[in-house]
Amino acid sequence: MTPSEHLDATFTALADPTRRAILARLARGEASVAELAEPFAISQPAISKHLKILERAGLVSRSRAATRRPCRIEGAPLAAANAWIERYRDLWESNYRRLDTLLDELQPERKPTPPKP
Amino acid sequence: MPIFKTLDVSTPTDREILFRRDFTAPPQLLFDCHTVPALVRRWLLGPPGWTMPVCEIELRVGGSFRYVWRNEEGTEMGMGGTFREIAPPHRLVTTELFDEDWTGGETVVNSRFDPEGSGTRMTMSVLYATRAARDGALQTDMTDGMESGYARLDALIAESPAA
Repeated sequence: MTPSEHLDATFTALADPTRRAILARLARGEASVAELAEPFAISQPAISKHLKILERAGLVSRSRAATRRPCRIEGAPLAAANAWIERYRDLWESNYRRLDTLLDELQPERKPTPPKP
Repeated sequence: MPIFKTLDVSTPTDREILFRRDFTAPPQLLFDCHTVPALVRRWLLGPPGWTMPVCEIELRVGGSFRYVWRNEEGTEMGMGGTFREIAPPHRLVTTELFDEDWTGGETVVNSRFDPEGSGTRMTMSVLYATRAARDGALQTDMTDGMESGYARLDALIAESPAA
């Protein structure tokens, strides 16, 4: 997959409340499919389908060691998605910093805006 | 009250993305910076190297606006919309649509400029046509996914019991 396809897969995987809940559960520690299905009003096969999408996006990995094949959250794709989003948030923020400067210019009587962290 | 010294992005509802930020200026000045072309084109620019050769604003209810950005290679990106509500200096409601329609239909943008301390808190809500429209913005490959993407990650983090 290209980096762009990876991001598509990550965001597609995140665009579902059940899958986000699965990730939130896995953020607390490994779990089997049965354990993951427990809090949801849906079947284990349905959970498995969601897991496949999360696995394809690289957000979840499954151990082959044990028969219960526990699922584990993988941080790298989330970090990549976060970095990508952060870049665009920075872009908006850079617009608003320009606006700060313009607002200072428009009010010479006022103290300039202190630099933001 | 939290202080939004830098941009805050959140998802209060399924179809909505909320931007909040504080400024050191009175609401009227913020309102002007969003509605007077000579001021808008000085800050609403995006990445380095982009300028805003077209910035037309017909500030009346039902009036339209049109923005075009251009980079050094000559690539252009345009958007436009109409004014639904104009209540200076505190409130502005517009509909917006990018030429490439990467937002999956028109969005409704509701901006508020409220006094906060000696300055102004901007609260800008972007409402997508449908949840699918908001999610659809994630699938495309341009400046696009950003808002929804960031909001989605925020939602994920908010939902996570570890957060």
